Amino acid sequence: MSTLVDGPVRGGRGQRVLFIATTVILCLWVLVPIYLLFVNAVSSSSDVTTFPKPRVPAIDLESLRFFMNYQGVARASWNSLVVACTTMVIAIGIGAPAGYALSRFDFRGKSAFRLLVLLTRAFPLPLLALPLAILYIRVGLDDTVLGIACVHALLAMPFAVLINFSLFSGIPVELEEAAWTLGCNRWQAFRKVVLPLVLPGLTASAIFAFVISWNEVFAAAVLTIEHRTLPAFLLQSLNSAPLHLKFAGGAMLVLPALFFIFAVRKYLFAMWGIANR
Amino acid sequence: MAEIRINRVAKQFGKTHALQAIDLTIADREFMVLLGASGCGKTTLLRIVAGLETATAGQVHIGDRRVDQLPPKARGIAMVFQNYAVFPHLTVYENIAFGLRMAKLADSEIDKRVNRTAALMHIDPLLKRYSGQLSGGQRQRVAVSRALAMEPDVILMDEPLSNLDALLRMEMRAELKSVLAESNTTTIYVTHDQVEAMSMADRIAIMDQGHIVQCDVPVEIYRNPAAHFVGSFIGNPPMNFLKASRVDTGQWRVAGATLSGPGSDKNALDFAIRPEDITVGEGPLQAEVRLLEPLGSHTLLACRVDNTAFRVIVDSDTSVSIGDTLSLNPMADRVRWFDPDTQLAVPS
Repeated sequence: MSTLVDGPVRGGRGQRVLFIATTVILCLWVLVPIYLLFVNAVSSSSDVTTFPKPRVPAIDLESLRFFMNYQGVARASWNSLVVACTTMVIAIGIGAPAGYALSRFDFRGKSAFRLLVLLTRAFPLPLLALPLAILYIRVGLDDTVLGIACVHALLAMPFAVLINFSLFSGIPVELEEAAWTLGCNRWQAFRKVVLPLVLPGLTASAIFAFVISWNEVFAAAVLTIEHRTLPAFLLQSLNSAPLHLKFAGGAMLVLPALFFIFAVRKYLFAMWGIANR
Repeated sequence: MAEIRINRVAKQFGKTHALQAIDLTIADREFMVLLGASGCGKTTLLRIVAGLETATAGQVHIGDRRVDQLPPKARGIAMVFQNYAVFPHLTVYENIAFGLRMAKLADSEIDKRVNRTAALMHIDPLLKRYSGQLSGGQRQRVAVSRALAMEPDVILMDEPLSNLDALLRMEMRAELKSVLAESNTTTIYVTHDQVEAMSMADRIAIMDQGHIVQCDVPVEIYRNPAAHFVGSFIGNPPMNFLKASRVDTGQWRVAGATLSGPGSDKNALDFAIRPEDITVGEGPLQAEVRLLEPLGSHTLLACRVDNTAFRVIVDSDTSVSIGDTLSLNPMADRVRWFDPDTQLAVPS
């Protein structure tokens, strides 16, 4: 079966062409919008509407500069950051122990639990938004940073649990057992042996939770008025803004997410069961 | 002083009985091998002694302490795992020092012990490396050093050599034996490899389906199997078995020949003989040669006697060819008899 390991490009010429064509289309599908977004973000306001784009765009940072100084952007960015960090803490705080338990213990309903964790993503957020908003107003969580963080943590949770499950499963249980026989209790063995080994992956899953929160717009837009996160703020304020400012805002929004996802791509592949090569 | 006493220890996983009321006493400084096929319960028993598994019933004593309720770290044991379990994020030095640091020993003492055990296992040049930079054999040496550095009362080894290649295994076998003999520890060693068991053990406990079938010194287990299972498990090739029916008191009909045997009043017994305890020439058993395996030091003949597979070891100079009919003479003092109902040996 060694031929399979080398990749899917096997068999006839037709298959190879199909494979390459699919790859190219998929890449363009993702890259062209990102390219246009960034080119327009660094173009002057008059260049934004021209097409085709000049081969070497004239770099004009005026839109970006204007956007950065736009009133409310700084505050919304700060809110976004706080919400994303809180999301990260909640998601890992619950996801890591859950992942550890799934990988180390056998308990009744284990597979059902794994399925249910994924099912939390089966309900579309718009469906939940109204009851959630009412609930939040009743308990006083509406329009708070913590309130959105809780919703975002819920969205990030399935990924946090499953990534952590595969992380801990990748650590042989014998390493822990060896630590126990060498004088550790369960917690010491975890801290001295398991934690150092999962730390890179744990960081990656934390960043992933961060990105999910950073990009989320719907819940943030529905549940907040004063404490808008950046995406919600942009949705509201840039709706009527000129085109070049929209591009600048979009670029600012995409950049951190792209950067972080790129940094943790190895662990995301691991989660989906694709070997990292 | 670390005698291990295992008292009526049983283990159930759901509805399966992995261990059924095991009794076993291992003397201080003894090298005890638990031998059996996979799934016989030997690893479960070892893990119960280690404290990694909880027994459903029974008691375990190490020295004069009852340990079955204690966590692994309080039992005075060290363990070597099948897949080595060398911590990948620590250097070899820190791996060996791990347990000593947990025990809060002084740095000078730690350094002394790490260097001594590393030298003993010939890994002193590797102390600064990480496990990813080591071969399987070297990792195994680290795992053994780490256990020895603890200077435990008891060392538990779970198939420590089974992941090594054949040549390395042979080398490590001899080395482990001498190192452990000098370390003054009581050892329980789990393996499915009978050569390992025979060559290393002071005593072997043969396990089958959650029971200890026989526990004795290697030669005794080989010569006088206590049960049919032991005879068919130990030895390569194992014992030959033939059906025997009673002709008269002490007289048994085996493959058409009448042999003298035990004075049992049973109607049927199993006749057993090891392949090397047979001489070719004049004899009561007629065998048809089906296959020849010349192995250099000797030749292995696969024959049929009374429509039953029957193996004979002969000198490599013997001229035999496939299809020959041989007269076989089992050496009278090496013949063993088993009761087909109880599977136990019947004294002759």
